[in-house]
Amino acid sequence: MKKYLLPSIKLTALLILLCAVLYPLLIAGIARLAPGQGKGETLTVNGKVVGYENIGQKFTEDKYFWGRPSAVDYNAAGSAGSNKGPSNPEYLKTVQERIDTFLVHNPGVHKEDIPSEMVTASGSGLDPDISPAAAVIQVKRIANVRGLNEKTLLDLVAKHTEGPLAGILGPSKINVLKLNIDLDKLNK
Amino acid sequence: MNSEMTGVIVTFIITLLIAFPLGKYIAKVFKGEKTITDFMSPLERFIFRVSGIDTTKEMNWKQHMAALLCINGVWLIYAFVMLLVQGSLPLNPDANPSMTPDLAFNTSISFLVNCNLQHYSGESGLTYLTQLYVITFLQFVSAATGVAAVAVLFRAFAEKTTEKLGNFFVFFTKTITRILLPLCIIVAALLAFNGTPASFDGKDTIVTLQGDSVQVSRGPAAGMIAIKHLGTNGGGWFGANSAHPLENPSYFTNMVEVIAQVILPMALIFAFGFFIRKKKLGYAIFGVMTLGMLTFMIPTFFSEMGGNHSFATLGLHDVSAMEGKEVRFGVPASAYWQVMTTIISTGSVNSMHDSSMPLSGAMQMLGMMTNCFYGGKGVGLLNYFIFLIIAVFISGLMVGRTPEFMGRKVEAREMKIAAMIALFHPFLVLVGTAIAAYYPQAAWGLQPGNHGFSEMLYEYTSSSANNGSGFEGLGDNNIFWNLTTGIVMLLGRFIPIIGPVAIAGILAKKKYIPESAGTLQTDTATFGIMTYAVIMILAALAFFPALTLGPIAEFFQL
Repeated sequence: MKKYLLPSIKLTALLILLCAVLYPLLIAGIARLAPGQGKGETLTVNGKVVGYENIGQKFTEDKYFWGRPSAVDYNAAGSAGSNKGPSNPEYLKTVQERIDTFLVHNPGVHKEDIPSEMVTASGSGLDPDISPAAAVIQVKRIANVRGLNEKTLLDLVAKHTEGPLAGILGPSKINVLKLNIDLDKLNK
Repeated sequence: MNSEMTGVIVTFIITLLIAFPLGKYIAKVFKGEKTITDFMSPLERFIFRVSGIDTTKEMNWKQHMAALLCINGVWLIYAFVMLLVQGSLPLNPDANPSMTPDLAFNTSISFLVNCNLQHYSGESGLTYLTQLYVITFLQFVSAATGVAAVAVLFRAFAEKTTEKLGNFFVFFTKTITRILLPLCIIVAALLAFNGTPASFDGKDTIVTLQGDSVQVSRGPAAGMIAIKHLGTNGGGWFGANSAHPLENPSYFTNMVEVIAQVILPMALIFAFGFFIRKKKLGYAIFGVMTLGMLTFMIPTFFSEMGGNHSFATLGLHDVSAMEGKEVRFGVPASAYWQVMTTIISTGSVNSMHDSSMPLSGAMQMLGMMTNCFYGGKGVGLLNYFIFLIIAVFISGLMVGRTPEFMGRKVEAREMKIAAMIALFHPFLVLVGTAIAAYYPQAAWGLQPGNHGFSEMLYEYTSSSANNGSGFEGLGDNNIFWNLTTGIVMLLGRFIPIIGPVAIAGILAKKKYIPESAGTLQTDTATFGIMTYAVIMILAALAFFPALTLGPIAEFFQL
């Protein structure tokens, strides 16, 4: 085994150079041509950065569309799911509380109609999206708070609905931050 | 059919369409034939010259293993030291601390052995320097180690009677320069153009639309995420792995990542058939493995899409199992990923396995318990080879003939090795779980009852299978878990590599017996079913009692 030691050490040094130094630099170089230059794509309002397109944000005020519950409170310094097992009684209590909170803030909505994604935490705690159904169910609340008519809001939701990839692959979704940025523009 | 199911089926078809030609290409690379990547040969010659490696020197199986263990030893020491002192090294914009010795022990082994179990969270547990110089580096070389080991198997059955099985360093280096690096550059570029960060900027602080101040972790992640999948490593840049919206920003990147992790394990099976000029055997193995995949995939789909019935008791009509899942992937694409990542030993996740339905959890564990349907980079085929030998032996007994495989007699010595390797994995998993269940600081840390048991069982299964995913509700960054899983990972890696390579080496040396009318045909559907039965029966006998205490009991409580 000893005779392999020196070649192993030399080979290791060369491969560190190739795989850990040159390769990431090459990718960083390629990424400079990409949108956001490889630093993450940001969204701005009046020239001020208000967030990252792909990173969900916490919305608790009634005037905004809410995103999903988060195990890290939407602080993207970290990321995590709740990792609660499906039968955990403590977990089911949390879900019950989320249902209650949602009903209090959305008078007129029936419990049966709440999409499960609105009372379950996402995998990353940073999920930027909700489904179209989860947006539509919040329209009534927002229309009341903002004094807008529901039709305008439903149109906005429809405009922000991104269909499946290439029209046929995967789910439809809505980016909550982008939706709320446009929502703020309606009142101006 | 709805778009989410179409997405899954299209993903599988694309995987197959890429894997087949890739298999042909890999066979050519290992034969040293002309390929489109011949422009790499000056670089390879330079590497071999500087390292002092004589590429013409062929090795027998023992020399192969000596070289493999030697270079792995170098990496282990290097990685351990780097992680211990990372806090005082450069390229640390977020000022993250050094690792504790037990965590560094666990993490260095974890990435060395292609497992990528993570008892830290990427955003706070590593620096950019160690993410690249330790983690990314080990992801390349550990994947190439597995492929170099399986290349010995290729050589052993390509020729009649031989002791010369090629050169470890050549197989290893060419795997990086000809297979991993070119594919990684393509995948990393696709990710970078679809929203994954790749620059060296540190954490950003922003004020959100609602007025909260939050931070956003970033970094040169795209390159690492490419190799984590192509190398079936699985360890993520961010804590939430491929559920993180920067690590996996869209349905498109999700397809890219899940395809990237499956193509090489699949391609290696075809490559085996092409290399030994027995294409049909390659197809037969692929068929059995696909059957195995479906055995776990179909129940997972039913279980995940059936949703969480506890929600109905809370009054919801929509009981979709969205806990731990992301809206942009949805349930079917998450279920597909759960199965693929566990059968091929990647261990990256795009949904939190701990929150998946009990029967899905059982399927994930069975995927790792069998650990050979497509399987990890190189090692999947090596594991399968063990079961193949056992199936040959049992079939031989059934028809009353001396068992033969590819013109070589399978005798007592090979059978002893095969049986020991087949039993070693259940041994590690079950003994580990038993100790943890008994040890008060380890067991039932955060979640009660059968689910708590599942978390421990999953952790050791994942460690021994070198998978690296986890039921992350387990509070696993402490001395008990760091040390025990570290040891299990180390044993679970090298023993199952040495065993099959030894068998291949021993068989290759034996006298070649030409095929006759009495030869057992190993490339038929009948023999395929036989192998499948051997794999499933062994897994059931070893693991069913433990699964009953965990996920199956939980299933009946829901």
